[in-house]
Amino acid sequence: MRTSHCSHNLGAAQFRSHVAISRERAGCGGRGKGVFLSCSSLWHGRLPHSSEAAADTSRLPGRSAWLCWVHHSALSAVICAPQLSKALITHPKHIPVGAPSHRVWSAGGLRSSCELHRTAPSPVRTPRVGGGQRCGVSRPPRIAGMVLKVFFPSCCSSAESGILIGRWIPEQSSAVVLAVVHFPFIPVQVKQYLREVQQVAKVSVSVLGSWNNSKQEKEESLSEFLEDLGTIFSHEPWIQISKEGDSKFWNCSTLQKQSDSHREEEIILVYYDQRKVMLSHLHPPLDTADLGAEDASKLSAIFNTVASSKVLFMTDRYDDGPIKMTHWQSDGVEASIIVELMKQASVPACMLLTFLLSLVSGVCNSRLLKFWPLSFLWSKLSTCEQLGHRLQHLQVISSSKKAQNQTQLMRCMLFSGKDGWDLAHRKPVLHPCGECLAVSTSTSSLLACMLPRLTKSYHRFSAALSRRAERKANIFVSLLIDVALGILLMSWLYRKNQIGHLADTLIPVADHVAEELQDLLQWLMGAPAGLKMNRALDQVLGRFFLYHIHLWISYIHLMSPFIEMILWYVGLSACLGLTVALCILSDIIALLTFHIYCFYVYGARLYCLKIYGLSSLWRLFRGKKWNVLRQRVDSCSYDLDQLFIGTLLFTILLFLLPTTALYYLVFTLLRLLVVIVQGLIHLLVDLIDSLPLYSVILRFCRSYRLAAGVKFRVLEQQDGKPLRLLMQINPLSYGSVVQTYRLPTYSCYPKDSWTSLCKKLFLGELIYPWKHKGEKQD
Amino acid sequence: MEERRYRSASGAPLALRCRQHSASCRELAVRCPRLQLRSLSAVTSAVWLAAYGLFVLCQNSMVLSAAIFLTLIGLIIYLHFVKIDQESLLVIGSLGIQVTSSYASGKESTTFIEMSQVKDVVINEAIHMQKVIYYLCILLQDPQDPQGVSEVVPLFQSSKPRLDCLIEVYKSCHEILDQTKTASQSDGVK
Repeated sequence: MRTSHCSHNLGAAQFRSHVAISRERAGCGGRGKGVFLSCSSLWHGRLPHSSEAAADTSRLPGRSAWLCWVHHSALSAVICAPQLSKALITHPKHIPVGAPSHRVWSAGGLRSSCELHRTAPSPVRTPRVGGGQRCGVSRPPRIAGMVLKVFFPSCCSSAESGILIGRWIPEQSSAVVLAVVHFPFIPVQVKQYLREVQQVAKVSVSVLGSWNNSKQEKEESLSEFLEDLGTIFSHEPWIQISKEGDSKFWNCSTLQKQSDSHREEEIILVYYDQRKVMLSHLHPPLDTADLGAEDASKLSAIFNTVASSKVLFMTDRYDDGPIKMTHWQSDGVEASIIVELMKQASVPACMLLTFLLSLVSGVCNSRLLKFWPLSFLWSKLSTCEQLGHRLQHLQVISSSKKAQNQTQLMRCMLFSGKDGWDLAHRKPVLHPCGECLAVSTSTSSLLACMLPRLTKSYHRFSAALSRRAERKANIFVSLLIDVALGILLMSWLYRKNQIGHLADTLIPVADHVAEELQDLLQWLMGAPAGLKMNRALDQVLGRFFLYHIHLWISYIHLMSPFIEMILWYVGLSACLGLTVALCILSDIIALLTFHIYCFYVYGARLYCLKIYGLSSLWRLFRGKKWNVLRQRVDSCSYDLDQLFIGTLLFTILLFLLPTTALYYLVFTLLRLLVVIVQGLIHLLVDLIDSLPLYSVILRFCRSYRLAAGVKFRVLEQQDGKPLRLLMQINPLSYGSVVQTYRLPTYSCYPKDSWTSLCKKLFLGELIYPWKHKGEKQD
Repeated sequence: MEERRYRSASGAPLALRCRQHSASCRELAVRCPRLQLRSLSAVTSAVWLAAYGLFVLCQNSMVLSAAIFLTLIGLIIYLHFVKIDQESLLVIGSLGIQVTSSYASGKESTTFIEMSQVKDVVINEAIHMQKVIYYLCILLQDPQDPQGVSEVVPLFQSSKPRLDCLIEVYKSCHEILDQTKTASQSDGVK
């Protein structure tokens, strides 16, 4: 291989460079011997700095390049901006001989070199059609007649000239531009890079077109050069966007290689904020959530494209890679020191928490606590339910604390961990986000099984995964707020001897309630509301209940010296959370009004017995019977004495009904009052439990993260230029945020409708309006 | 850009503004009448008179401050959540239809419906009490059933323009929608 060095001066720029010209035999049968410049050995990053010669870098023009080509199927030449293309190199000795397929090219213009390039690249010659040849994989025909939409990231508006890379969606005739690759670059490296990205991200990223940001007047040669780039990266259609100076109105045109598409089509230029689209999570309506990522709506396709191309955005301009890109992270990859520190600290914290939780759950599940009286007690107390619920939450959190941050989780997921993959010098261990550490040390099976590969159903998968991450974050924030409020309550309780005051007022309140009940019973024993009661039954029932109250009062008085101490220790548990404190309050109310519950049960049972007796005897009165086997009423012939006794009993029960009914009514009302108070407390507890505070705060502070859709704003227009739209994220409303991210709670609301409740009350059946999940039905 | 005057179903004056941004993009905005000063002052004076009457009865000055507070809060809530200033429809062929309502406090609530979901834009009749009113609505495609309609999205709900205004809007929309539909159908044939 002979090399020779040439140096050339560019007229105005005084640019000196050295180029190695090497000569090599083409691989295909002796044809195509040609001169070509192989600059790959020279090229190591920035061109002038690494060249051997003392290149005068200070006078380097803005876009320094020369166009070279290699007549091989792999293009390993450097593509640079055409400013200096006029100074292309030849050496007379290296003019190709005997290769009719090549044109002699001289230090002529760009035109000739391009022609050379065009005719030479592959051994298979195809006649030129129209403006150029197409070599490469044939793409599906573009849908002509549909408006072409170009989604352009607003961060690339001020980028320097280059080529556009992104994703082309032929069904929707839209091109999503992800980044701009600047000159100089080597096409084969770009193609290889794109192939790698495609493998990792499972998104078909390709070169879409060219971007020209010229400060001065538009140059003809430049536009032709950019057109000709389309032949290297064959893409149909080849989109050319150009911006002049600081003008707001850009020129956008497409280059069609197919001869049948001659009509002028409309182009819509849609600007989007890449960072926001990247970080946002689209909440589609439920029925479209089942569709795959490809055939879902246009918007989700665009969001998915940007989100999946995370790996493309990991290189910034401070990297020493062969490819220089501009995208939203090109000024520096986003990372936060606090988040990193927290991640480092959370691993041992997580392990400690898991250990403690396993201890606690072991104690809870031990056989000691499973004996009958204790287990019955635990099931009745709502405090234990709440504590169990919170324990579950803690277990969910401690399983993987890494999943707190939604975006971090998505980064983890996208990082394939491919061995030996050196995409732009990125080694997994050194990544600033540190998620690779998370990958290796995370104990969660979820992450471990999700990471190895990305499936086609990325959309569904990422929605589920981010929902889990959000759920964990919500649980964590809810726990935190709960504990904070609980500690606040505690600090108020234990200040200025509030507990003592509470204990002091408790006994008089209990006494007062008991006295009120006694008055009530005396009233019932007399002539309540003018009704006349059956004296004997009245006295019996009244005395029975009065005796109960007397017992209860004595019991309370017996407990009175210990009340303060009990309250003091019980109040300490408020540090576990405000919900626990509220549950304890509800339990205390239940314990204090236990006698009302007892009276209700007595009254209800008595009344129920009476009603059933009455109905059965009424059937006897009419000569009918209830058939238990057939569950229906049958006729039956009774004996005379049966009928006689039956009728007597029926009369007695009927006339005693008002008394029993009144007692039942009074105690049921009291019981309902207590139930309503307890129900309100439980409602508050449920609210604190299920409110997704993290999501609400996220919606308030970073509203673009939770997207319900997009909205378009029409920007200033100019005739003859494409339509300019700005795509912004339409955030989810607060109502839908709460609905989507609600945490599940353990209590279920009354299943009975109002009519069945009334029926139960009328028949005297016992009602349990606040039944917890998992409790056996009575 | 032209602006024409119409009336709403209840007789209030409306203004329809039609703007053509490009061949396949059109914006139609209906402006509702602004909040009248006289109705505002009438409501405020009524509330304050009632509060003063209560004050005279119970001699508690809290009633007065509560009335002032209530009036302010009520006005803010009304301007931010209830009073709609302008309702607009942005039709972008091959992208979709965007419906925006701007409130008096400046808040804008937007919904964007993609073109693939839009089946048709029609004018429907509705019987409301003793009146028959016309309203424009977008019919959404049912993904499972190509002939079915999954949802009906009514437009211009708070301004309720009359039929002549609706016909204008309908014609404008259909010019662009028909363009899009024929383009996509011809591709399907191809």
